[in-house]
Amino acid sequence: MRKVTITVNGERQASEIEPRLLLVHYLRDVLGLTGTHVGCETSLCGACTVRLNGDAVKSCTVLAVQADGGEVTTIEGLAANGKLHALQDGFWEEHGLQCGYCTPGMIMAASQLLERNPNPSDDEIRHGLEGNLCRCTGYQHIVNAVKHAAKKLSAAR
Amino acid sequence: MASNPVIPKTIGTRVKRREDPRLITGQATYVDDLRLPGMLYLSVLRSMYAHAKLGKIDTSKAKALPGVVAVVTGADLKGKVGPVPCPAAMPELKMPEQPVLAIGKVRYVGEPVAAVVATSAYVARDALDLIEVDYDPLEAAVDVEKAAETGAPVLYDEFGDNVAFRAPVANPAVDEAFKKADRVVKLRIEQQRVIPMAMEPRGVVAQWDRGQKSLTVWSSTQIPHLLRSQLAESFKLPEIKVRVIAPEVGGGFGAKLNVYREELLVPYLSMTLGKPVKWTQARREDMAATTHGRGQVEYVELACKNDGTMTAMRCKIYADLGAYLQFFTAGIAGFTSLLMHGCYKIPAIAWETIGVFTNKMSTDAYRGAGRPEAAFMAERMADEVAAELGLDPVAVRRKNFIPKEAFPYATPGGLMFDSGDYEKSLAKALEIVGYDKLRKEQAELRKQGKYIGIGVSTYLEICGLGPSVLLPPKLKAGGWESSTVRMDPGGTVTVLTGASPHGQGQETSFAQIVSDQLGVGLDDVLVLHGDTAIVQAGVGTFGSRGTALGGTALVMALEKVKTKIKSIASHMMESPPDNLELGGGNVFLKGSPDKALPLAKVVEAAFGMKAGIPNLEPGLEATSYYEPNNCLYPFGAHIAVVEVDADTGQVKFRRYVAVDDCGNQINPMLVEGQVHGGIAQGVGQAMFEAAVYDESGQLVSGSLMDYAVPKAAMIPTLELDSTVTPTPVNPLGVKGVGEAGTIGSTPAVVNAVIDALRPLGVKTIDMPLWPEKVWRAIQAAKGGKS
Repeated sequence: MRKVTITVNGERQASEIEPRLLLVHYLRDVLGLTGTHVGCETSLCGACTVRLNGDAVKSCTVLAVQADGGEVTTIEGLAANGKLHALQDGFWEEHGLQCGYCTPGMIMAASQLLERNPNPSDDEIRHGLEGNLCRCTGYQHIVNAVKHAAKKLSAAR
Repeated sequence: MASNPVIPKTIGTRVKRREDPRLITGQATYVDDLRLPGMLYLSVLRSMYAHAKLGKIDTSKAKALPGVVAVVTGADLKGKVGPVPCPAAMPELKMPEQPVLAIGKVRYVGEPVAAVVATSAYVARDALDLIEVDYDPLEAAVDVEKAAETGAPVLYDEFGDNVAFRAPVANPAVDEAFKKADRVVKLRIEQQRVIPMAMEPRGVVAQWDRGQKSLTVWSSTQIPHLLRSQLAESFKLPEIKVRVIAPEVGGGFGAKLNVYREELLVPYLSMTLGKPVKWTQARREDMAATTHGRGQVEYVELACKNDGTMTAMRCKIYADLGAYLQFFTAGIAGFTSLLMHGCYKIPAIAWETIGVFTNKMSTDAYRGAGRPEAAFMAERMADEVAAELGLDPVAVRRKNFIPKEAFPYATPGGLMFDSGDYEKSLAKALEIVGYDKLRKEQAELRKQGKYIGIGVSTYLEICGLGPSVLLPPKLKAGGWESSTVRMDPGGTVTVLTGASPHGQGQETSFAQIVSDQLGVGLDDVLVLHGDTAIVQAGVGTFGSRGTALGGTALVMALEKVKTKIKSIASHMMESPPDNLELGGGNVFLKGSPDKALPLAKVVEAAFGMKAGIPNLEPGLEATSYYEPNNCLYPFGAHIAVVEVDADTGQVKFRRYVAVDDCGNQINPMLVEGQVHGGIAQGVGQAMFEAAVYDESGQLVSGSLMDYAVPKAAMIPTLELDSTVTPTPVNPLGVKGVGEAGTIGSTPAVVNAVIDALRPLGVKTIDMPLWPEKVWRAIQAAKGGKS
């Protein structure tokens, strides 16, 4: 067992864990943050995407011990003061989700995309979300959702 | 109805989903999110061989691993749990037993062989590696046509061969028409197997309550009530002792319309061990051991006149069933043969369907289930007729359409098409895409050595599923759906629906129906589903039936509640019930919205019982069951425009236009979402996806590294529109749209690619249209071979 201290959604968490424990299982099973989903265990589907020290990572292929001392943001930590993040709002407004299983990972990946490129084209959004699969929406409403958020964020800037 | 100033009508408008807040904030609960005190974790050891005799299974090392609670094999379970129930029945169908864990033999890669229960999921997985299994590999029957031949390796010795059923439907009129035909066009079509791949893999949690002797099962399923009936039967428990909950379900697409081995195994182990047990499927298990879709080889022939009039059609279908029969495994190809003529008035059809066992995962329903195969057949053949006769593909379609005056239309397969206007959706799609201009552009570009293709698909499908006779005879429920509407003392409305949506959005669309009918706000309506202890009864969500059947049951229950509301109000307003209407949170006199009684007063009277109304039964609640008298037949026109690089075989989309007609639309935004998703899956089959088994029966596309689920950049921007041809079958006039996009898109894409390459002599390419296959087809055509 190993001691780790990880700041998750702004709260410092100290835990004793197995060194082999995956970050996604640490979040889900140790902290009870089940908003981050497991879709493939091989970093191909993106359902488990979270932000680790600012980077969007597939938490199914990161060990929790690798996050020791770091900061993690999950879907549960995205809304600030009870107000939805522009992306959450965008996905809701534009019907960017159906079954919802890919949605947390999709939103977390999109949050990095918009930080890097605040005004992406449709094409840039589609390529920027290449690491995240959705089987329900055909992606078009997801593209619209990200554009919706981009507009809202740049208006607020 | 009088205009309503307070609460606007919402049917037909883009109401934001009421499901979404929990989903976008990570607060929804899927099966794997459940944590129960004392919970144990199950992991399943699966066969790595497609076909092998099972020898000794040594579980001693696994049992010795700290944290392991139990290890079981087929021998341990024999006579105690299973076989997996299969309601299928048809004349002379060979019905193999499907044990929960393999006994004697394994018949596909991924077949469960042993299972471990441990105190943690990690330990359960570790223990799998410590189980030693002696396999004696056998030759595998993989190719569906070869598997049907005598001399092929046989899956079930007791059956003698691999043919599960033969369903020939001969028709002398067809033979006659073929004799008289000016032309006969023929095509061999491969409908490759595809993997449904819902983003949430399957999962089961079971909890046995020793005191109550009752079982609660959470499963990622489309059919909680059917699952309950099957579990009750399997475990010889009364249904009142079994509760099934489908919590948040992360997609299904037909693959969760089944009862699987793990759905028996997990409850059994919970009952035996007296603790809650959880099983979460890994993705590679999902790909190998959740039902696949499609899997047909078809030989199709169409007789026509020189002017393009189609006179008869026949086909021979080899249906690749896989190793075991799941719920609808044997029935899918039935839809294909019944609808092979598509939108066309072909007077005579005949078919022979051969269901074949192979050493592969079972096939079963996958978005469209038999209808994508039918539409593909009809639409590829329409293009072949056009090519053969030098006609425009659109002209051939128009010549053969069932005209709108012909509805209701009795089909040669014995169905009754409810309503349709195929010309209307086609005309709209042609206009949007600019068809004539595109054809000219195509001719110009060909001169420059550029190959663009225009693929037209005018599909139709059957959905709704009932009437009840259409569902497997031994299924414990028919093709109906049910709904309860219950007004609460505070004036809110609870709806219980037997439809079990898993992404379709009925918590929203059903709330819209209630809001419009009762005149209450959307926020005052709660739609509950997916829990057999809460919802009175149900069948489930599949076959694009949720709104058409569940919605109609809801409307029927609402009618009963409205009648009671009016009856109470009639006493309070001293006016006959027929003179009253509901709207804006009021009951009012027809034509005089100012003479209104707040609905809240009626609710108060119904629950408070102090209004002095004689013989009033307290409460405002009604339940209805809806059995449809016909299926529903949505249709539409899809046009794909592609550019093919003849040097590399790469296919690029230029445009994609879809005009779908699903009858009336409750929420056009949800309709759009369904069509988008459907098209993405249809494009996936046409261009990218294939469940590939090698000659030994190994699933070589068994991970997302090898199986190409489309990514965002692989799907074109879709240009959608719709026409509205309501169905007379139900009061909402809705048909269903869940599968339409998948059905319309696959032939549109393939027709487009073939259309692009016709000048090079390419006549057909089997899906998926990988660049290599397209390139090879071009090379073969250039070399004079077809």
